[in-house]
Amino acid sequence: MEQLNENWEAVIGLEIHAQLATQSKIFSGAATAYGAEPNTQACAVDLGLPGVLPVLNEEAVKMGVKFGLAINAQIAPYSVFARKNYFYPDLPKGYQISQFELPIVGNGHLDIEVDGANKRIGVTRAHLEEDAGKSLHENFHGMSGIDLNRAGTPLLEIVSEPDMRSAKEAVAYMKKMHELVRYLGICDGNMQEGSFRCDANVSVRPKGQDKFGIRAEIKNINSFRFVEKAINHEIERQIELIENGGEVVQETRLYDANKDETRSMRGKEEANDYRYFPDPDLLPVEITDAFKAQIKAQLPELPDAKKQRFKEQYGLDDENAVILTSSRQLADYFEALVQQSGCEAKLCANWVSGELLGALNKADLDIADSPVSSERLAGLLKRINDDTISGKIAKQVFELMWQSESSADDIIDEKGLKQITDTGAIEAVIDRIIADNSKQIEQYLAGNEKVFGFFVGQVMREMQGKANPAEVNKMLKAKLK
Amino acid sequence: MHNKSIKELAAGLRAKEFSSVELTQAMLARILQFQSINSFITVNEDFALQQAKNADARIAQGDFGLLTGIPMAHKDIFCTLGVKTSCGSRMLDNFIAPYNATVVDKLTAAGTVMLGKLNMDEFAMGSSNETSFYGPVKNPWSLDAVPGGSSGGSAAAVAAHLAVCATGTDTGGSIRQPASHCGITGLKPTYGRVSRYGMIAYASSLDQGGPMARSAEDCAIMLQAMAGFDDKDSTSVDLPVPDYQAGLAKDINGLKIGVPKQFFGDGLAHEVAKIIQQAINDYQKLGAVVKEVDMPNLKLAIPAYYIIAPAECSANLSRFDGVRFGYRCADPQDLTDLFTRSRGEGFGKEVKRRILMGTYALSAGYYDAYYLKAQKIRRLISEDFKRVLKEVDVIMGPVAPTTAFGIGEKMGNPIEMYLSDIYTIAINLAGLPAMSIPAGFAAGKPVGLQIIGDYFAEEKLLNIAHQYQLTTDWHRQSPKGFE
Repeated sequence: MEQLNENWEAVIGLEIHAQLATQSKIFSGAATAYGAEPNTQACAVDLGLPGVLPVLNEEAVKMGVKFGLAINAQIAPYSVFARKNYFYPDLPKGYQISQFELPIVGNGHLDIEVDGANKRIGVTRAHLEEDAGKSLHENFHGMSGIDLNRAGTPLLEIVSEPDMRSAKEAVAYMKKMHELVRYLGICDGNMQEGSFRCDANVSVRPKGQDKFGIRAEIKNINSFRFVEKAINHEIERQIELIENGGEVVQETRLYDANKDETRSMRGKEEANDYRYFPDPDLLPVEITDAFKAQIKAQLPELPDAKKQRFKEQYGLDDENAVILTSSRQLADYFEALVQQSGCEAKLCANWVSGELLGALNKADLDIADSPVSSERLAGLLKRINDDTISGKIAKQVFELMWQSESSADDIIDEKGLKQITDTGAIEAVIDRIIADNSKQIEQYLAGNEKVFGFFVGQVMREMQGKANPAEVNKMLKAKLK
Repeated sequence: MHNKSIKELAAGLRAKEFSSVELTQAMLARILQFQSINSFITVNEDFALQQAKNADARIAQGDFGLLTGIPMAHKDIFCTLGVKTSCGSRMLDNFIAPYNATVVDKLTAAGTVMLGKLNMDEFAMGSSNETSFYGPVKNPWSLDAVPGGSSGGSAAAVAAHLAVCATGTDTGGSIRQPASHCGITGLKPTYGRVSRYGMIAYASSLDQGGPMARSAEDCAIMLQAMAGFDDKDSTSVDLPVPDYQAGLAKDINGLKIGVPKQFFGDGLAHEVAKIIQQAINDYQKLGAVVKEVDMPNLKLAIPAYYIIAPAECSANLSRFDGVRFGYRCADPQDLTDLFTRSRGEGFGKEVKRRILMGTYALSAGYYDAYYLKAQKIRRLISEDFKRVLKEVDVIMGPVAPTTAFGIGEKMGNPIEMYLSDIYTIAINLAGLPAMSIPAGFAAGKPVGLQIIGDYFAEEKLLNIAHQYQLTTDWHRQSPKGFE
């Protein structure tokens, strides 16, 4: 990679396919739910039976417009569906209804941050289209099976400008898009199920050259990790190829995650002529200013704006602001917690980004499925705030809350975890510890400050962690003077 | 019974002079008797008799309309639940639709009895009914002549009194030209007036279903049941459907008729021209005013149509790939073999010709020169009509340049075949409504007059046609042997 930085520059553009979270398909009334028995969610329209006609799902249009407004793009007042013609067994009509010359979303942009620097990535366009079905190649007596449940599922294809110069930037862009579509509620972002996937166009050129190199397209990458690996691999492959006197050919490549390599699928332009033309079964989509205004009014606060507000309103540092605004649900949880607990935002932020997210990650759960609601967590933070328990004890209480439905107060009572603030009791323990550890006293008095921690630890252990740590510190300091 | 109009039959049914079952049996018997004209692909006796029984029950309960119990038939391009829908093709010889076309649903709801499915040019591509996988239909007026196409089975069955009325579809003249050749009345509605849902697509931006019957009055009754917005068809238009029957009686005194001089150029048979001129003169006697109009772009209609229609059909017919339904070749070796042989063996010659033309016209590098240019011409033609229809109420002219030609006469020459739609195609490109009504005979073969109206002027067209039919009896003639 050092080599790359010196002599070569990568040029990357992404085509992201986001499956829109509509209830029904883009041109039929069939459900879009994932994981049903094959061909149970495909109606006559999805099967492409003779005589059927597509009817546009208005919800998909709304979502497309929402997206366009969120990336400050031009929304086409007039956009057109076109037929993309090719034969494939899982493409029922022999053409895919997509948008070609007049997409619903025009020029827009998204800002990303890589290594502390901001960069604006252009979005060329975003268009609506239908997904195809799936070919199943296992166990059909030597034949292939076709599952058309996915056929007709609405997709938003988001095409970026070739503005990215490293795999890292591409990942940042993809993550940012992922965050955005989930914020907008237009895509569930589930990458395992293929709801959010991308094709990467990668080329390299000698540093300082204006002209783009010949690009290869890597198809269907469905994780952030794979995007980075696939692009890096492809960059290396191309550089090596050129440096050895070869030439990159324009083609479609597939990333094999197992072998960590890309391999050629088929040549692109020369092999396929999709013969796009406007679909005569569908009327052009007309978007009025009033419609746009209506959608705009429904736009949620977007990630960048929220991050900024969190910093200003709650005094959060950049790291916490980024973490807490990484999803709308998490941000909402945090804000609810601040309100419900009445505690300092910083305490709330640390708990959410620390304990809570740690536990969620460990259990592989989403914030929406958190066993500890913001109300219950607020109950715990209140007890830290009023010195009923220490932060350390609170972590134990949190673990118990995670495993039960009890409130923080019930657990504190039940387990007798209430903090001891009785200075007499603490003093008695301190005196005993000092008496029992004369060697350490000497060291401390000789100037070894570190030993102080030893005494705190001993006292806390003796008191099973229930002593108020600030009180212990204060009293120890006084005693050891 | 088989010579009566819908209104007369409805009165007879109501007065219990005969039942729908009896009427249906009579029609089924005639279908059997005149099997040799090959107008039906499928006859469904049990199905028809069951529907007739249901209709009789409805009539007995006093729950009926004019179409209740009327035996009719559908062009085999309309999907019918549980009954084979072949579209005249080997490709769909085994296809039984799991749903009804909206038009079929509507006419069934009105109480019609479906006798069966009517022969047609394969996928509606043809002007003579000779491209059908099921063989050509014979014209009842001259058994060695074609009935026209693509709704040739519909026209022949109605002319031969094998069905009271029939549905047809018109992409470039496929209702009007066979109606003209078979001496019946046919109406191609405004694009969007009748739902296309369940009507197997040939050229989606041009296809339109419509009624074919023996009079304007019967067409009005049928269209009443067929027309209307359908939320399953995005191109259907949400406008109220007028009372077509009520409009029939209106006085046409002062009607302004435009006659394009381009309609009377070379290629129009002299005897046809004479009959059309006579019909226009008859309208003048009814109080109409005639004006010659100029439509310079009409001559571009055929070339534009033969880009746009094949382009659309090349995509519309891609779904017939042998994967999910329809014809599949035996023992496919691999995917490409499955696709190419299923399509190669399942489609006939004319269908393949149009798919190839359309594929070529849409190909990279040719799209602008063909498809886009054809669309521009389409707009010019529409402008011509719009301009003229500001000056006149309707446009009149011939439907076809000749009377029905002989079976086999034009099959070897596609261009000559295509020219038989020279007067009808422009109307589809503009999306306008138009009718063909019987206006006379040349050497014993019927000649139809074409009446073209403004968008959604079906009521006016039916009115104008009906007024003519009140004073003429061309539409009441029956072919010899079929009386």
